Amino acid sequence: MNKKFVLGIYDDEDVLLEAIENVRAAGTKIYDVFSPYPVHGIDDVLGIKRSRLPIVAFFCGLMGTSFALWMQIWMLGFDWPMIIGGKPHIAIPAFIPVTFELTVLFSAFGMVITFFIVQRLRPSLKVNVFDKRSTDDKFVMAIEVKEGVTDMSALNNLLRTNGAIEVNEKEVIK
Amino acid sequence: MTEERLIIPRKTNNKFFLMIAIGVVLLIAGILLMAAGGGAEHGEGHGEAAAAGHEAASWTKRLFINLWLNNVYFTGIALVGVFFVAVQYVAYAGWSVLIKRIPEALGYFLPIGGIIMIIIFLIGGHDIFHWTHEYLYDVNDPRYDPIISGKSGYLNFWFFLIRMILFFALWILFFNWLRRMSINEDLHGGTSFYHKSITVSAMFLVVFGVSSSMAAWDWVLSIDTHWYSTMFGWYVFASWFVAGLAAITLTVVFLKQNGYLKMVNANHLHDLGKFVFAFSIFWTYIWFSQFMLIWYANIPEESIYFLERLGPNYKWVFFVNLLVNFVFPFLVLMTRDAKRQMIMLKIVMIAILIGHWLDFYLMMMPGTMRGDAGIGFIEIGTTLIFLGVFLLVFTKGLTKASLVPANHPFLEESIHHHV
Repeated sequence: MNKKFVLGIYDDEDVLLEAIENVRAAGTKIYDVFSPYPVHGIDDVLGIKRSRLPIVAFFCGLMGTSFALWMQIWMLGFDWPMIIGGKPHIAIPAFIPVTFELTVLFSAFGMVITFFIVQRLRPSLKVNVFDKRSTDDKFVMAIEVKEGVTDMSALNNLLRTNGAIEVNEKEVIK
Repeated sequence: MTEERLIIPRKTNNKFFLMIAIGVVLLIAGILLMAAGGGAEHGEGHGEAAAAGHEAASWTKRLFINLWLNNVYFTGIALVGVFFVAVQYVAYAGWSVLIKRIPEALGYFLPIGGIIMIIIFLIGGHDIFHWTHEYLYDVNDPRYDPIISGKSGYLNFWFFLIRMILFFALWILFFNWLRRMSINEDLHGGTSFYHKSITVSAMFLVVFGVSSSMAAWDWVLSIDTHWYSTMFGWYVFASWFVAGLAAITLTVVFLKQNGYLKMVNANHLHDLGKFVFAFSIFWTYIWFSQFMLIWYANIPEESIYFLERLGPNYKWVFFVNLLVNFVFPFLVLMTRDAKRQMIMLKIVMIAILIGHWLDFYLMMMPGTMRGDAGIGFIEIGTTLIFLGVFLLVFTKGLTKASLVPANHPFLEESIHHHV
């Protein structure tokens, strides 16, 4: 099935931010905005909710802490007790560096893996690049055209009045 | 105009004076109590104590060590103010411009801290520093100490005094230099003051790197004369820095709640919160690095330091220190929202300021007061006096210039700061 998109091309960050606000205020749903670099404040105007990834990081980190402590206490305290440097079998201060490292490792890997899963990033992924210039010096605002709509002039006008230097149409094969 | 003048109402100033007055009353009460009750007690046991080879702590000793403790703590916060400004200059930082006048004004306490420190050392040096006693260096004296004697090249009265005066002179010089340029920039504008400030800041950072570390050895580490730690300069710096950052953040929050610093928003608070969060962890890292190596090696002459601090008198301070200065800020300031809310910042900053006072308490008391230390009227009284004086000087410094550095080249960037 094909999907039709209208692309507004912008060449100025501030114009783009204002345009996003106006387009959203006019009741048009924006599919996505592509920019060559992260734009400050774009999340707010696009109404993107804050990422919940930090929560994942916290609990993965907690998992790492627990795993590291459990591993060391069980290995060195119960499974194969050894006297090292005359310290008690369960010598917490000596376990802290490993615990710290595993906490960092778990939370970092946990975050990356969660991100890949949630965003469905995988090796076979095909990405539609709407306009190659969005990797260079232009900002691209993509609006999905509803099914059955053939007249684009309204959208075209909306984008043009809000500072788009160019408005294109693109069909994407799904 | 973006200028913003702070006016300290008479009521606020009276509060500071009241703070000092309460401090004086508590201090006198504490001294009287100790001279009457504690003194008599020690009088009875004096024969034993003398036989055991050490004197029981007198109220003068306790007073001097408390004055020293508070002076080192507050001087450190003042010094960190200058350090913070210098770091921001050298880093070409834009975000901090709106709050820059607050760390700048902290430095006004430096001259007072310097004078008090020299006076306390001259009068109470023997009570605070064991190594100042002449007999330790006399081979014919039964109390001769070969270890301390071996350190006399560095730890001797005159060199110590010269270092102290030199450090304060340099710090005050650089503070005045940076401050004067900052105020001149307000008056005349242009970028020449800014560029010059960067050069001066870079010079100050070199001076600070050496002097803060040596000051830590002199003023804190040499109390435990036999003991040494190569982490110590960093450790005291970390403690000072976290306390200083907390003081800056707390002032920003207070000023904002009283209607000043209108252009400072949640983004600036967020960055300050991140600073405190990060350096609380940094302090803990240094703390642990020092502790674990000594604990693991378990060499008696090193581990005695922690054995004393894990003894009955100080055990609670030892663990409260870690809880308040690491666990509490770590868990509370972890989320983004906490760093952007004034109430959360306020609670954490106050906790950290108390926590790092306790940290210095733990560094200084076991080496001087031994088993006689406590937190009583004398401790609270001296701290209140110092806090009152510090706030008077600091707020007066804040009123001397606009709270917004109106001609700073990065002002615009700071106003639009966004994280």
